[in-house]
Amino acid sequence: MKRFVHGRLGVGLAALALVAAACGGGGSEESTTKTFSVALTEPAHLNPGDSNESYGIQVIQSLFDRLTELDPKTGEPKMQQAESITSNDQKVWTIKLKPGLTFHNGEKVTAQSYVDAWNAAAYGPNGWANNYFFGNIEGYDALNPEDPDEDGPKEAPKPESDEMSGLKVTDESTFEVTLTAPLSQFPLTLAYTGFVALPKVAFDDFKKFDQAPIGNGPFQMDGVWQHNREIKLKRFAGYKGNRPAKAAGLVYKIYPNNDTAYTDLQAGKVDVLLTIPAAKVPSAKRDLGERFLDTPAGTMDFLAFPLYDKRFDDVNLRYAISMAIDREAITKAVYNGAYKSSKSLVAPIVPGFRDDPCGQHCTYDPTGAKALYDKAGGIDGPLELWFSNSDPTYRQWMEAVANQLKQNLGISEIKFRSIPAADYLTTLSEHKATGPYRQNWVMDYPSAENYLGPLYGRDGGSNRGGYSNPQVDALISKGNGAKSIRESITYYQQAEDLVLKDMPVTPLWNWRQQSGHSDNVSGILIDPYIQLHVDKVVVK
Amino acid sequence: MWRYVARRLLQIVPVFIGTTFLIYALVFALPGDPIQALSGGKPVPDSVLQALRDRYHLDEPLLVQYALYLGGLLTGDFGETFTGQDVFTLMSEGWAVTAQLAITAWLFELVLGVSLGVLAGLNRGRALDTLVLAGTTLVIAVPVFVVGYTAQLLVGLKLGVLPTAGIDEGWPVSYVLPGLVLGAFGLAYVARLTRTSLAENLRADYVRTAVAKGLPRRRVVLRHTLRNSLIPVVTYLGIDFGNLLAGAVVTEGIFNLPGIGQQVFSAIQSKEGPMVVGVTTFLVLAFLLVNLIVDLLYGVLDPRIRYAGSGARA
Repeated sequence: MKRFVHGRLGVGLAALALVAAACGGGGSEESTTKTFSVALTEPAHLNPGDSNESYGIQVIQSLFDRLTELDPKTGEPKMQQAESITSNDQKVWTIKLKPGLTFHNGEKVTAQSYVDAWNAAAYGPNGWANNYFFGNIEGYDALNPEDPDEDGPKEAPKPESDEMSGLKVTDESTFEVTLTAPLSQFPLTLAYTGFVALPKVAFDDFKKFDQAPIGNGPFQMDGVWQHNREIKLKRFAGYKGNRPAKAAGLVYKIYPNNDTAYTDLQAGKVDVLLTIPAAKVPSAKRDLGERFLDTPAGTMDFLAFPLYDKRFDDVNLRYAISMAIDREAITKAVYNGAYKSSKSLVAPIVPGFRDDPCGQHCTYDPTGAKALYDKAGGIDGPLELWFSNSDPTYRQWMEAVANQLKQNLGISEIKFRSIPAADYLTTLSEHKATGPYRQNWVMDYPSAENYLGPLYGRDGGSNRGGYSNPQVDALISKGNGAKSIRESITYYQQAEDLVLKDMPVTPLWNWRQQSGHSDNVSGILIDPYIQLHVDKVVVK
Repeated sequence: MWRYVARRLLQIVPVFIGTTFLIYALVFALPGDPIQALSGGKPVPDSVLQALRDRYHLDEPLLVQYALYLGGLLTGDFGETFTGQDVFTLMSEGWAVTAQLAITAWLFELVLGVSLGVLAGLNRGRALDTLVLAGTTLVIAVPVFVVGYTAQLLVGLKLGVLPTAGIDEGWPVSYVLPGLVLGAFGLAYVARLTRTSLAENLRADYVRTAVAKGLPRRRVVLRHTLRNSLIPVVTYLGIDFGNLLAGAVVTEGIFNLPGIGQQVFSAIQSKEGPMVVGVTTFLVLAFLLVNLIVDLLYGVLDPRIRYAGSGARA
């Protein structure tokens, strides 16, 4: 039996040391009246169920507490609003809430607040962005009937129910979740802001709620969302959770681009900037000194092969291309060393990460690559490289890759296919990419499962290259059904090894986050999910 | 003259319908599925896709979508964005900012531009004239984003006299620097236009007559010469006001002003038809109105110009 209990997770000391260091010996600034500001891009939504981009999530995690939170160093789950999350079979989970928690309007946080919120998010006709996160709860299908003829004239029928059968409230502070299949990582997934509770008032008018959400976290809205200008928050006086705010309030100042936000940071007009533009990183290191922060992130870039294309059938050809790429040189040239070259399918922040599971097939070796390329018989016709146009650096690194392939493998003709961002994923899903393409993965939660299942599982939602290996599928489900996260890691690592041997993709690099802050604040902790821990910020 | 004004105002109606349809069709023709773009790379379940397509009528053909949009417009409903915000509220907030920015820039063009032009024109061939000519050439040659970032670094960051970005300090403080950057090109142009026009008119027969009559130089320059020299300048200022409104995209981006320039930029990226159409239609209307005012101003400046009922200027 697996059991997560508040305060019993082995992260206490490390977390404490971190907080103490972050406070800089400040001591009792608890009652400060001062506020600070954070630069932000305009979020799409502030309703937790409808927000899936990091800007919205940053605001939501200031306003809402979640069931669990993840340790920024180890990635392990700790309890936030949950007192315990337990299961005997990793399929039926019992979640018990801590007592005495309230929303900003005084309403009690109950099991029902969670169940109602989850049902609303999973209800297809609501059209919320986090709908698919609930897909592994029993009864989800009844809320999301499939379109009988895909894009055809017939429309999907109206759902027969608006409540998932897998959610059951047992008493005021306890509810039971039944999953469609065992998932040992379930407590981890609950750290996502899509799973927070909603107060009753939200259901009266979701649109109004989106403009000034009433949460249960350390900060509450101070007025409504001023679009394209600012979102103002103040400390929640009735807060009973485990992360009380140190500052009296904070303002999210909205910027259309990070260049301007960086100038404002230099001028001292904004206190925290989460993403320093890549071009400014070298000078920011100099200018900001100790106020420059470099955090490893969970986002990965891969070069994926279209396995549905016969020309890429030979694994030696895929090895050859992988070995002909000098990852180190590209990250230096294109990203000013801001990203780190990678030989793994999972990010360094994920429990179970290994430095080099790929070995020689991801190591830059021009002669070895050429030998394998010749052995595979080369490639017919021009090689096309596919990427989306949403960021100019994609073309830059693809051009660098092309040059290396030309030089090291002697491929004479390489073409670039730059696709409008909005069409890119559809193009890949429809198997229209006729050559290696950029594959990017932003994790949903820091588990190897999240890096393997969706991308390389046979039915993975983001498996667009046509890869399938029954052994990999078996190992992933073994990991999902394991008794503990620790035990699951062994299976995920075996799966990772197998995938790397088949090489449907080759790892390129792992993103890092460069941030900065002003002299005005201390205690800045930015986690691998690119979120600032607002409760810990101390204003001088 | 009132018949002329009424006729010009009536002409706006077909122009309005034409532009809204054209722009709606253009946005419709943009490639890509806006709902997929919203999802940020994560899979979207069928049921969610269907719900959002229904909500924004994305499955309907162009003409039906446009009719629905126009119908809404007649009842005062400007539609909503894909993030569920009311387009009218967004637009009125954006317009307030952009209008303040454009007016600031325009005032710079008018006051600084005309003064510099008059100074240069009166001192033709001398050092001051050369200085104005060289300075304006430089401003016209350098792209606006270079001027913008440089001004922001120098004035905002190094000297710290004006805010680097944002509208926190309101009008005029927050708008001075962006207004100057936005108006720089027009300012240079107005100065050169005024200079040339003034210098030419100073040699005209009627000026020689005025001087011969013994009028004081001040009166000759201000009443007789400048008034006549301003006609091309006013034409330019009129057209440029529209350009200032439309051309604020770059300046608003640099200085983080939440105006319509930024709104329309992000709206085009996310295929938000109602937003793009709303903003551009208002732009067209503003452009038409300003031009009408300019045409009426000719009569004030030059008494020889009269407005015929036929709509043609005689």
